[in-house]
Amino acid sequence: MSVAVRAASLLVAFLVVAGLGVFVALYFIGGASSLPTVHYAASGGQVNVVLQEDPQNDSSSKPDWVSYYVQDPATGKWAHTTLFSVPANTRVNVTIYGYDGCTPLRNNYFSQVQGTIGNTVTVSQFDQHGKEYVPEHTTSVINGWSDCNVGHTFAIPAMGLYVPVASPNAQLSANNLCSESPCVTNGNPYSLEKFSFMSPDHAGVWRWQCLVPCGGGYLDGNSGPMQTLGYMMGEMDVVSS
Amino acid sequence: MTTQPEVQPDAGARHGLRIFLIWIILALAADLLIWFVWYPHLPPGDMSDAARHQQFDIAVLAVSGAPVIIFVLVYFVYSIVVFRARPGDESDGEPIYGNTKIQVSWIVGTTAIVLWLFVFGTVELVVPAGAGGGEGPSPIWTLAGATSTTWTPNSNTMLQVQVIGQQWTWTYRYPQFGGMESSELMLPVDTPVTFHVTSLDVIHSFWAYQLGVKADANPQVDNVAYVTPKTLGSVTVRCNELCGIWHGAMYNFGHVVSQTAFQSWASGVQAKEKSDGVLAALPPYALAYDPTVVPQLGANLPKIDGITGAAGYYYPPSDPVTP
Repeated sequence: MSVAVRAASLLVAFLVVAGLGVFVALYFIGGASSLPTVHYAASGGQVNVVLQEDPQNDSSSKPDWVSYYVQDPATGKWAHTTLFSVPANTRVNVTIYGYDGCTPLRNNYFSQVQGTIGNTVTVSQFDQHGKEYVPEHTTSVINGWSDCNVGHTFAIPAMGLYVPVASPNAQLSANNLCSESPCVTNGNPYSLEKFSFMSPDHAGVWRWQCLVPCGGGYLDGNSGPMQTLGYMMGEMDVVSS
Repeated sequence: MTTQPEVQPDAGARHGLRIFLIWIILALAADLLIWFVWYPHLPPGDMSDAARHQQFDIAVLAVSGAPVIIFVLVYFVYSIVVFRARPGDESDGEPIYGNTKIQVSWIVGTTAIVLWLFVFGTVELVVPAGAGGGEGPSPIWTLAGATSTTWTPNSNTMLQVQVIGQQWTWTYRYPQFGGMESSELMLPVDTPVTFHVTSLDVIHSFWAYQLGVKADANPQVDNVAYVTPKTLGSVTVRCNELCGIWHGAMYNFGHVVSQTAFQSWASGVQAKEKSDGVLAALPPYALAYDPTVVPQLGANLPKIDGITGAAGYYYPPSDPVTP
């Protein structure tokens, strides 16, 4: 076998192995997500992002995992995803329906609202009959340890955005939680929380997560839904406006 | 038939002298370049005493190692060029016999280099109080500075900063300012700082790159590291221990500011957290936290399952049903 043939064989073998490696990396790590991305377009210099937190979800593989849902602004339907996009340098108005029960924060420092406009949120809470038992009020702290108040958090650490999300109270959490996802306000206790922040002035992907160890049944409560896109971990895609 | 080359009695010494002269010129040039050109740009920079020592260490090691590497390369290239077999030369090489002078020189030289690195490395670990590394809960080498429950500018009082890691973010607690906590690392310049590094869940590693500080964050362990920031600027804090799937996203930033600016910032955060009720919501300051206990509730978390969420789970070590 000539040197040229041997060299060509080695080159082909190298390319096959390298290509296989790239395919595995892209397929299993980088590009395998089948999650839909909900796109929010700016209107009047702002976008309205609507999320909900459920004690379970409607997937067939992990139905008992706590999960976020994102409302599609075009259809009004809830998408089981944690990927959404917003324009850059735009005021993002977030509304979160908190249907899941309360869990103490691991670090109660995150009871403090940080990074929102005014460093506050507006909260109200409703029982399963739709009665507003905690009227709408603005606060900078939702103490997750003094009472059963916090279900999860919505945090984008790279932006310094940390928002504790209220839950229905302990009694309602223990007895009347929503059991079918996506949850609806009729017949289920929930909290309604609103806040705003400015999206970054440049395009990029910003990871968001929950800081309550709500991966029930997993070591330290941080595995499972806590680290999985589509459940309690998400990405905000900031696109050029 | 080929003829044996005539061996000159002083050929070895001549080759040795040539190699030595080439080596000494190149080694000197390399060391001068390393010291005067490369050294000022070596990581992690000169933002703190620990960083300066690390920069110095790398430069000294490079200056020590360059002559060795250059000698090997010079000898290698010289041999290829001078001792190569010429076309048509089918003869054997010259026999090799023991050379006591070379053997002794080799042993003495390498021993001196290793001992020098041993002594230098030990001194550089001890002198800058652990070289910015975590020393565990009972540090052997401590940084000089007055101890006080309060901190004021120009007092040479050691600033205490607790570094708290959790998946996947860092926070910083300042016991001398009422135990206030921040998601941003702020430090005063020219002030001795004690970091108390811990974790609320898995093992992380606090790596304040520009400060030259790296210390593991272990749950329920107080890992102490020292530093004295020397210049104003920004600090990148990363996790340096694979701590889960989003380990790569576990970073934030800090700033070294003037002492008066730091006091103003710290007092401001303390006042705001007090008025907002955040200080009251935080647990009493402790050098390490047991995350299964909520002090304000006065109970272990597993005992309060009834109010801890839909599934009644909070912090079980494992789940027999869905592990």
